[in-house]
Amino acid sequence: MIFDWNVVTYAAPLLAHGVVMTLQVSAVAAVLALVIGIVAGLASLSASHPLRGVVRLYVEFVRGTPLLIQIFLVFFALPVVGVRFSEFWAGVVALSFNAGAYISEVVRGTVGAVEKGQSEAAMSIGMTRQGALIWVLLPQAWRPMIPALTNDLITLTKNSSLLSVISVYELTRAGQAIIATHFAPFEIYLLLALYYWGLISALAWASRRIEKALPQW
Amino acid sequence: MVNLLEARGITKRFGARTVLDGVDLLVRERETVVIIGASGSGKTTLLRCLNRLETPDAGSTRIADVTLGQRSDGRTADERELARQRTLFGFVFQRFNLFPHLTALRNVALGPRRVLGVTPREAERRAAAELTRLGLADHLHKRPSQLSGGQQQRVAIARALAMDPRVMLFDEPTSALDPELVQEVLDAMRQLAAEGMTMVVVTHEMRFARHAADRVLFMADGRIVEEGPPTDLFSAPRDARLQRFLRHLEPTS
Repeated sequence: MIFDWNVVTYAAPLLAHGVVMTLQVSAVAAVLALVIGIVAGLASLSASHPLRGVVRLYVEFVRGTPLLIQIFLVFFALPVVGVRFSEFWAGVVALSFNAGAYISEVVRGTVGAVEKGQSEAAMSIGMTRQGALIWVLLPQAWRPMIPALTNDLITLTKNSSLLSVISVYELTRAGQAIIATHFAPFEIYLLLALYYWGLISALAWASRRIEKALPQW
Repeated sequence: MVNLLEARGITKRFGARTVLDGVDLLVRERETVVIIGASGSGKTTLLRCLNRLETPDAGSTRIADVTLGQRSDGRTADERELARQRTLFGFVFQRFNLFPHLTALRNVALGPRRVLGVTPREAERRAAAELTRLGLADHLHKRPSQLSGGQQQRVAIARALAMDPRVMLFDEPTSALDPELVQEVLDAMRQLAAEGMTMVVVTHEMRFARHAADRVLFMADGRIVEEGPPTDLFSAPRDARLQRFLRHLEPTS
């Protein structure tokens, strides 16, 4: 087999458009997922039984069903009941809903692992459970949270390739379009793999920087 | 004289074990009460039941007309209300339990800021005043990890005082300290007592009990088995367990 460098030089800039979309959809979904995950994670540590129950149901649903099904539910099933998103926003919703559940477990684990004396000290100065979580426990959990959080955001970014099935023109979809016209699966899929690898490496590098920058005591 | 603090029938079980067996504790305003006893006798649990860090299985705590866990109309207090009632007590932990991510100043200001809702400026002003009072004016902006154990415990005392409590509870406040750092904490406590703070102190420091306490209680097996002024209790202990306890503390003189 001959490696076709022409198709590579042709595809590389085209795929850059896909990269931009992958970055956009992943970044928006990541921000939303972090918000969902932190709120849900703290809720699962709260004093409220019903609240904890709701979060548990949410986490079990997400973990118990494939992401592809969740994407289809958002894009094809929700419109049936009148909730309609564009391809982009359906992707963002599905990805953040999915990652939010995993992140909430990370938050529950790390915030819950802060030494018990800390929440007692917070209580002793009159804080409620909620106050203790927000002002005392969560701030101490940021740094230990970073490695697991990075994993979840990496997964989210890679999962965005599944959005190609609902025609979000992200990296994978862009690659498939080129393959359809030029029939160079070997070169293009290899190129896609390299692009994703580059993206994820950048993410991992940024994560290490952030972890180092966060204060220790 | 009226009791500022009245705990009655405090009972606490951990599984099948009864740690506190219907303890009554009455404390007058400005009084310093020291609780002594062997480990496992229930001293710490009693203290934690007073401010509801631990929920007692039976019994009630009344402090300055407030019954903990109860609203003024007699109904059960919700979490927010109980948290507010808890501020009637200041609590000092054996292991300080300072917030490691905050400076000394922020440690002390956090309660006023987030619980009492005063402005950040006012909270920090109050915190600086408390820390200065405890001789920590030079350490306002240090993190707990940059302070000695004795300094950390004094920050913890300041943190409790900043909430303007009616009664201060001390749970073995010097047990985690290096010997040479014990005195500065005891001095701070003694000064506090001299200023008229009402205090309940669980401690193994018999010298503090002797010299600073108005009254000493001896606990064994989840009960208060003997109490009295320190001179009586230490020179003429009646209960056999107390006699044994004191002998162990001061071996062969």
